[in-house]
Amino acid sequence: MRFILPILTVIGLIIVLWYAGAVALNAKWTLDQASRAGTTVTFTELVADTMSQGRPRLPAPHQVGAELWNTTIQPCLEGRRAGTLECVTNRRSLFHHAWITLSVTLAGFGIGTLLGTLLAVGIVYNRAMDASVMPWVIASQTIPILAIAPMIIVVMNAVGLQGFIPKAIIATYLSFFPVVVGMVKGLRSPEVMQLDQMRTWNASASQTFWRLRLPASVPYLFTSLKVAVAAALVGTIVGEMPTGAVAGLGARLLAGSYYGQMVQIWSALLMAAGLAGLLIFVVGAVDKAVSKRMGYRA
Amino acid sequence: MTLIIAALILWAAAWWLNTRLARLDGTALKRYGCPILFGVTLLAMWELLVRGLEVSPVILPPPSAVWVALLENPRMLWGDFVQTFVKGALSGYVIGCSAAVLTAILIDRSDFWKRGLLPVGNFVAALPIIGMAPIFVMWFGFGWESKAAIVVVMVFFPMLVNTVEGLRAADRMQEDLMRTYAASPAQTLTKLRLPSAAPFIFNGLKISSTLALIGAIVAEFFGSPTQGMGFRISTEVGRLALDLVWAVIAVAAVSGSAFYGVVTLAERAATFWHPSQRG
Repeated sequence: MRFILPILTVIGLIIVLWYAGAVALNAKWTLDQASRAGTTVTFTELVADTMSQGRPRLPAPHQVGAELWNTTIQPCLEGRRAGTLECVTNRRSLFHHAWITLSVTLAGFGIGTLLGTLLAVGIVYNRAMDASVMPWVIASQTIPILAIAPMIIVVMNAVGLQGFIPKAIIATYLSFFPVVVGMVKGLRSPEVMQLDQMRTWNASASQTFWRLRLPASVPYLFTSLKVAVAAALVGTIVGEMPTGAVAGLGARLLAGSYYGQMVQIWSALLMAAGLAGLLIFVVGAVDKAVSKRMGYRA
Repeated sequence: MTLIIAALILWAAAWWLNTRLARLDGTALKRYGCPILFGVTLLAMWELLVRGLEVSPVILPPPSAVWVALLENPRMLWGDFVQTFVKGALSGYVIGCSAAVLTAILIDRSDFWKRGLLPVGNFVAALPIIGMAPIFVMWFGFGWESKAAIVVVMVFFPMLVNTVEGLRAADRMQEDLMRTYAASPAQTLTKLRLPSAAPFIFNGLKISSTLALIGAIVAEFFGSPTQGMGFRISTEVGRLALDLVWAVIAVAAVSGSAFYGVVTLAERAATFWHPSQRG
């Protein structure tokens, strides 16, 4: 209750502002139409019209909600009645596009996490790598990697790779760096005292790694995983924009922008937000479960 | 073939040299020598392998071709830089960051708003806000204004969360001390809470600096005047002039790193008292 009430207030405020914005931004079109038709509109008519335009500059929340319903639940219900898998196969269904985006995100996130962890182990155990690679890892974070996404897609296309792999590469690249930085910090987090203790027990290097360094790095790993999964999703969405916008949430965004379909853009955006929330929630839940089992304070 | 062998020999030699360099402890030679050697080796390997394997320049141009493209089009690249970085990213960055700091100061006095806005802000900071770019392009047109707008939204929430976090950083004891001095809320804010929030604010500024450039470039994919780094990248990719694309990327990388570097220097000057800066 301590948190729910303030959060609900903020969300309510956002929705109120959204409606106000819809009225303010869409009023011009309504007024233009009215003056062209030679009629005047009262304030209530104006407000009612701004809420229900076919091509609004800012669709009202209920319009986006209706669009979301029509593109997610509706095809599912129809599919169930017809006994088919309309939910995920229908090109009109947002679940279909969300699933494409999600699968690429997860693939990129998984590979990125694995590679990042391996590189972090290399950096921690090899002095030359530490001195030479680490500054570049940090510097590379300041480079707008998303900006080269279209190039990667086009170049891969020229080599004959299409669809899944180029997008996954971008997602991998983006989720890779937070993991490297976090894991290097985490693998170095055991104190000298603890490392000395391992030495007095005559622990081999691999034992020190598996029983001290790796468990100690887990909290750091999860902190960076939360950043990494969000980055992977952003990378996938941007990666879906070039090359004709075929499928996925990014493609819906671009298609909506081409045809001026604001409602479609907003519903794709909300779907992407939901996906991001889901991914972060799952990572957070796994984090909590693992920390609890390992005896960290969750 | 000889070029590939040369690349491999170069790799081995640089590796050996780097191992030797890494053993020198705590010297400037190690701190700067190792990464520079690594970078130079990477570039040389790229050049040799691309030439040795005869990779088509429409797939991956060698660095020398990129360098030539960089030298041949300085005016065009400068125009792109001004359009995207100065007009789009920088103005959005300044507006967004100052708006976020002001909002944080405003909501800081109310526990209710903090408890409401922090979780929402944290969530929004993780969302793919970049997807709002087409909306802003539709609202504000193809010019730099729409790019600045997307940058404002992108940097606002990370900055807000960091600043609110920072304003909580002052010790209970220190606040009590201010009260015993009979300091007004404004004095407490400017003399105690803002300075103690500075490390957090700079952390937000650093995160935002990279977001700003990304936002400005990606927003140009949705519509831009015939200038700008994002415009250049998407059109030159279409013309398969990959050397020019890499030149733009190099400009973006250098300006992004320089931006980050400037923020870091400002941080060092402003928070010289903080333990993390005194090492």
